Amino acid sequence: MKILLKGLQLLNPDQGLDEKADILITDGIIEKIGSIESSELKDVKEYNFEGKLGVPGLYDMHVHLREPGQEDKETVQSGGNSAAAGGFTGVACMPNTNPAIDSAEVVKFIIDRGRDHLVDINPIGAVSKGRKGEGLAPLLELYDAGAVGFSDDGTAIKTSALLRSALEYSKMIDAPIIEHCEDESLAGGSMNESIVSTQLGLPSIPTVAEDLIVMRGILLAEYTGGKIHVAHMSSKRSVELVREAKARGVEVTAEVAPHHFTLTDESIKKFDSNYKMNPPLREQKDVDALIEGLQDGTVDCIASDHAPHNIEEKEMEFIYAPNGIIGLETQLGITLSELFHTKKLTIEQIVEKLSVNPRKVLNIEVPQIAVGEAANLTIIDTEKEWEVDIKSFKSRSINSPFAGRKLKGKSLAVINNSKIFFDGEFQSI
Amino acid sequence: MSLSSNHLLGLHEVPKEDIQLILDTAKTFREVLERPIKKVPTLQGKTILNLFYENSTRTRLSFELAEKRLSADTMNFSKSGSSAAKGESFKDTVLNIEAMKVDMIVVRHESAGIPKYLTQISDANIINAGDGRHEHPTQALLDMYSIREKMGKLEGLKVCIVGDIAHSRVALSNIYGLQAMGAKVSVCGPSTMIPWQLESLGVKIYNNIDKAMEESDVLNVLRIQLERDAGVLIPSVREYHNYYGITTERIEKNNPDILIMHPGPINRGVELSSEVADGSSQIILNQVTNGVAIRMAVLYLLGTRSE
Repeated sequence: MKILLKGLQLLNPDQGLDEKADILITDGIIEKIGSIESSELKDVKEYNFEGKLGVPGLYDMHVHLREPGQEDKETVQSGGNSAAAGGFTGVACMPNTNPAIDSAEVVKFIIDRGRDHLVDINPIGAVSKGRKGEGLAPLLELYDAGAVGFSDDGTAIKTSALLRSALEYSKMIDAPIIEHCEDESLAGGSMNESIVSTQLGLPSIPTVAEDLIVMRGILLAEYTGGKIHVAHMSSKRSVELVREAKARGVEVTAEVAPHHFTLTDESIKKFDSNYKMNPPLREQKDVDALIEGLQDGTVDCIASDHAPHNIEEKEMEFIYAPNGIIGLETQLGITLSELFHTKKLTIEQIVEKLSVNPRKVLNIEVPQIAVGEAANLTIIDTEKEWEVDIKSFKSRSINSPFAGRKLKGKSLAVINNSKIFFDGEFQSI
Repeated sequence: MSLSSNHLLGLHEVPKEDIQLILDTAKTFREVLERPIKKVPTLQGKTILNLFYENSTRTRLSFELAEKRLSADTMNFSKSGSSAAKGESFKDTVLNIEAMKVDMIVVRHESAGIPKYLTQISDANIINAGDGRHEHPTQALLDMYSIREKMGKLEGLKVCIVGDIAHSRVALSNIYGLQAMGAKVSVCGPSTMIPWQLESLGVKIYNNIDKAMEESDVLNVLRIQLERDAGVLIPSVREYHNYYGITTERIEKNNPDILIMHPGPINRGVELSSEVADGSSQIILNQVTNGVAIRMAVLYLLGTRSE
C-alpha cells in the first residue's frame, strides 16, 4: 500500500535534516522524498500535513507496562496504544513486573505480546534476580533475548558491590545500567522534604537521598568504565553532579520526567495522590536546575516514567497511595507547552531528547528519514491547542495530575512497522 | 458571631476572630461543666460520627463526652491501619456512613490530609481530631485556653514547645494558633527532632533547654514516643532525659515562674521528672477538663453555624 504525506517540515537533528518535503511510503518503506503529486500515482492514500513537523518517531525509554502480573492497570498492547496516541513509536519497559523481567522467557513473552504493534516494545532487564538485590540476573541471556538495558527500577541497586558487578558485566555488551537513585534508608516518605512537608506533616524524602545514589553511580561508572544512566532525575544537586561527571568524561547519561520540570511540591497541598510519585515533586529551584540541565545537555532525555495504577489504589489515604502517574499521552504536549513555547528549548533539542538520545543511550538505531529506510515517523502539530481529557486516554489507567490542563502541541500521527496511527485509528500501510 | 468556615481542619490560616470566638465560647461551656447538671440541649437531633482510624483514648473520650453534654447522638467507628487492609477503600467507608445521614464527623487518621479529603466527599461538618503529623487543632485550642486561663492573656507571651516536634501533630497547630493570637512561639529539642525549615514559619529554635526555659513564659512539653525510631533520632531515652528532661532543679535554676504544660500521656522520668509531673498536675489535669469545653465549643459553633 502507498501513502503520501503532503507538506511536512522534515526535521532530524541526527542526520542534519531540516527541509520541507512530501514523503511517499510504500509498504512501510520510504520510497520518495521531495515534491510529489498524488495525481501522478495510482492507489495512494494522501494525508495533508501542510506545515506540520515530521520527525523520527519519538521514543520513551522509561515506561511501566505492568504485564505480566498487573494487567488490570496496563498491558503491552494498551501501553503500546497509549504510546502511539502520545506520539511515540518505541518504548522501553521497566522490569518491575510480576514475575520480574529477570529471565529470557519473560523478555521473549513481552516482545511476543508486542510483536504486531506499531510501537516497538523493548524490555529493560532486571539487574538482580527478582529485583531482590542479591545476585545478578542473567544479563547476557536477557540481552540476547532482546533486553536493551538493565535496571532494578522501583528501588536502587541494593549494594555498591552489586552495582559494581553490573557495570563491569554489562560493559561486555555495552548496555547501560539504569539506576533508580534513592537511598532507601533516607527515603520512605510520601513527598519531598521542604517547608511544604513541614507544613503538611507528611513523611518526607530529602533530595540528598537521590544525590547520594547518583554520586555512587557516577563514581562506580568512572571506576569500572561501565555506563550509568540516571533515571527520572529530580534534584538540583544531582544535575550538578552529572554535569561535573560528564565534564570529566564519565559515561553517564540522564533523563527527566515532564512532571518534574513542570510541577513543584506546592501541589501536594491538595493532598491529591495523583501528585504522588517517586522521586517526589521537588521545589522551584530543582525545576529550574532540571531545565538548565536540559538546555546545556547535562540531561540527555525526557522520559515519562509512565506508571499506571488503579483508581481504587490511588484513592487510598495519601501516605498509603502508591507512587506514580501515567505520562505517555501528555508528555509531548507538556514538553512543547513548558519548554518549546516558552523558548527554553528549541524544537531540535526537543526532538533529540524525545527521540534521538534515548535510542542512543540504549544502542537502538535512530530512524533515518531517507529513501529506502523503514518509515518510523511522528507527525507533530506544535501549535495545536487541546485540553487533557483522561476519559480519552488509550491507557487502561487515568492516574494523571494533568487532567483538564490546557496544552499547546500534539502528535497528529505516528508511523512505524508498516502501520499508521491517525485520528485515533491504527491502519496497516 | 459565627465561625468563618464549616469545618475545623487545622489552625493554619484560621483568623484570630475565629480562635477568639472558640476560646470565649469554651469559657461558657467550662462553667456548664461545673454545674450539677452538665448537659445542655444545644445539639439535640444532630448526629455526630467519631471516625477514629488510629488509637486514641483521651481525645476520643473527650469528644464523646463533649457530644453527649451537648445532647447530640453519637456513633463511634474505630479502625487502625490502612483502609485497604480490610478491602474497603476509605472513600467507600465514608460514603456508606454518609448514607446514614450524619451531620458532623470527628476524624482521627494517621494519614495527613484525610480531614480535607473528607470535605470533598461528605456534606458533614468535619472536625480534625489529629491527622498524621499534620494538625490537631482542638488540642492546640485547649492548650491556648489553658495558657490564657493561667496567664490571663496570650498576646506577647513566649511559649516554647519542647520535644519531638518533627513527629508531632500538636506542635504545628500550636504554632499557627499561638502566632495568630500574638504569642511568640519557639521550639526546643535535639536537631533530629526539629522539622525541616521550621524557622521559616517564624519560629525560634533552641537546642538548649536551659536557654529555652530562661527565655520563655510557658513550656508545652510533648510526649516522647519511646517506640519511635529508637536509636536513630536520639541515642537513648536516658540521654534525652539528661539533656531535655524538665526537672525541679532546671525549673529552679532557669525560671521558677515558668508554666509547665503537657498534652499527656506523660512519660514520667523522660520528658518530665515525676516531681515536676506531680507539681504541675493541677494544670495538666485542668487541660483535660478544658479539652471537653473546647470540643463542646467547636461542636456547638460548627453545628449551629448554618441555622
